Amino acid sequence: MKKRNFLLTLTAAFAGATMLAIPALAMDNLTIIAPAKPGGGWDQTARSIAEVMQGAGLAKAVTVENVAGAGGTVGLAQFADKNKGDGSALLVNGLVMVGAVLTNQSPVSLADTTPIARLTGEYEVIVVPAASPLKTLGDLAAAMKTDIGKVSVGGGSAGGTDHILAGLVAQAAGADATKLNYVPFSGGGEALAAILGGHVTAGISGYGEWEGQIKSGELRALGISSGAKVEGVDIPTLKEQGIEVELANWRSVVAAPGISDDQKKALLDAVDAMHKSDAWKKVLADKKWLDLYMAGDDFGTFLKAENDRVTATLKTIGLVQ
Amino acid sequence: MSALEQLLGGFATALTLQNLGWSLLGVSLGTFIGILPGIGPALTIALLLPITGYLDPTAAFIMFGGLYYGAMYGSSTTSILLNTPGESGSIITAIEGNLMARSGRGAPALATAAIGSFVAGTIGTLLLTFCAPLVVKLAIAFGPAEYFALMILAFTTASAMLGSHIYKGLTALAIGIAMGLIGIDELTGQARLAFGYPQLLDGVDLVVVAVGLFAVGEAMHVASRRDLREVTVETVKGSLWMSREDWRRSWKPWLRGTALGFPFGALPAGGTEIPTFLSYFFEKKLSKRPREFGTGAIEGVAGPEAANNSAVAGVLVPLLSLGLPTSATAAILLVAFQQYGLQPGPQLFEASGPLVWTLIASLFIGNAMLLVLNLPLVGVWVKLLSIPQPLLYGGILVFSTLGVYSVNRSAFDLGLLFITGFIGYLMRRFEFPVAPCIIGLILGPLAEQNLRRALSISQGDWSVFVTHPIALILFILAATMLVLPVLWRPKVN
Repeated sequence: MKKRNFLLTLTAAFAGATMLAIPALAMDNLTIIAPAKPGGGWDQTARSIAEVMQGAGLAKAVTVENVAGAGGTVGLAQFADKNKGDGSALLVNGLVMVGAVLTNQSPVSLADTTPIARLTGEYEVIVVPAASPLKTLGDLAAAMKTDIGKVSVGGGSAGGTDHILAGLVAQAAGADATKLNYVPFSGGGEALAAILGGHVTAGISGYGEWEGQIKSGELRALGISSGAKVEGVDIPTLKEQGIEVELANWRSVVAAPGISDDQKKALLDAVDAMHKSDAWKKVLADKKWLDLYMAGDDFGTFLKAENDRVTATLKTIGLVQ
Repeated sequence: MSALEQLLGGFATALTLQNLGWSLLGVSLGTFIGILPGIGPALTIALLLPITGYLDPTAAFIMFGGLYYGAMYGSSTTSILLNTPGESGSIITAIEGNLMARSGRGAPALATAAIGSFVAGTIGTLLLTFCAPLVVKLAIAFGPAEYFALMILAFTTASAMLGSHIYKGLTALAIGIAMGLIGIDELTGQARLAFGYPQLLDGVDLVVVAVGLFAVGEAMHVASRRDLREVTVETVKGSLWMSREDWRRSWKPWLRGTALGFPFGALPAGGTEIPTFLSYFFEKKLSKRPREFGTGAIEGVAGPEAANNSAVAGVLVPLLSLGLPTSATAAILLVAFQQYGLQPGPQLFEASGPLVWTLIASLFIGNAMLLVLNLPLVGVWVKLLSIPQPLLYGGILVFSTLGVYSVNRSAFDLGLLFITGFIGYLMRRFEFPVAPCIIGLILGPLAEQNLRRALSISQGDWSVFVTHPIALILFILAATMLVLPVLWRPKVN
């Protein structure tokens, strides 16, 4: 990993040179663990946090480590074990990890970590190919209610955000969600091809991933999973169309288990200062990430509620006993 | 403006000194990471993503494109000389290529690989320029039923690699399929054969297994067989260059490999590996000297090497024209486009035409650079073979271990490398072929997932495999490939 270290040293040197004074609350070293391979959402989140924190002088040196595998549960298990009581480490995680912990029967769960803050997220869209006879979400809901087996829904891996949303929508539509015909594909590309080619009835993914095809008219978006209309996105929400479901594919950071209150406060302060910085706002704008900031105990409560909802949905669709 | 005019405009931009520099940097870096087992183009481009904040998009994509092509060139070198494939697309090259190298014909093997890659890369890029809309239609015409049929067709190619004892070959194939089952089942999210190791939940890494079976297994076998104090030096026999005979035997495999690779690259579940199997199969069946396969036949290097490079060109078609990533590297390239606020797809050619055409032009240039870079190096590379065997195999072990460890810095991967290495040793010791293992490992999971997806969509109705015309045609082809050689045997001279 010579190359990466080189890049990190470079960014570190760059940040150091542009920094005049380090604020009093600066931490010495911070390690951010991205429990995925370089390039994906968690990795990009980790690297953006590192860049902004270092640039704003919130930490003297920030290192990003990738521990990939099994929906992030490999990284989670290692983090809870190795970094116990360590106040200078953060783990990037998100809704996908909540599901992966359950489906992989991971011995370590997010309840074994110290919640810090939810940072960003993305809403999901439900689409059909342009040539589909289904024109509205109501049509899709009606088709599901008539014969849910006939409505094949393509999306990402089993038990992931797309699958959870499919289950929630089927339930809200009054269909038998235990018979949901969800077809998982590896990676957005395969799912997209299957939808464009009309091999599945509908598809679910993060909005950003299919934005181009929706705008060019090759895919018709039936609904977006946000609570209210998203600025600049001309897609009705699920709720507006009578499907009472709201789901964000959120990403957050948690700290290690067993840290002291002071250590927790230092991390919370640093993340809060990062969130307020202009550099972070620029990152959100550049990457089209939504600002879903929620910190401390509020986030802890949210995490528990989200865990309950995901558990119930995964049980309904039969992935978890 | 016609495609040709726009392409010429692209060349004008790509040929500036600065952009040539980025292209050279990309192809050199690509060749280097191609040589290292484990580190592939996807990982490298992912690690280079932060530079998108400093470079203009044209320069960045010229470099990334060169890097992707270069990786395919580089990995053939170690495949041929050291039996250590750097990328999964070069695994098949190792079969005949390494045998050629060991019989003193390493230089022609490297040359046919380099020239074949050049030919395939150039034709592939031409197809990318002029046939993109057609290929895109093909890519989305393939659904799960068609993929399953395609995988069955690809499975028949294993028959060319089973070796002289059919049952041993089939055993190797079964071992590969069993290894492919390890990890979380894509369709239900349940773990299979993971034995409680979280590191196994994502399955075993193809490159780790390939390096283990080929390189580590070979090193253990050599160590167990020979008295290493007897230092033997493999001499380079004959010319360093391809003979007239080599050219005559290479050009057709290059073209056939190119034709196979391109459409596979464009398919969302195609990849660079499967066309290399098909190419090897066809070359063996079409060869006038099928007996030479297994002792170092140049056709077995020329075809697959052309196929993997042309597949890379194929990958770019759905990426640029649909925003559809069909390989891990393409998925990272898509992220890079998004970093610049660009959305690949039909609008890309209209909104950022000059960028796309400059990228395509730079691929032609990068391809030529790779040939110029690689051919003179052939003479240097083959000197590796004059290293005394104990040192050479010791070096291969160090090299494979470092390459595999560097990817995840995981001790578990090292354990896996040496366990598969030991399996590879046992297979050599008891004369089982190792290539079918790799075929089973790649095709097994793809065939299973697509079968189950197809049946899930059809709600358990098996007739989808005959009512979908493309699937039916592929099944008929597969049956023909199995039956034809039995009914009609060409006379072997």
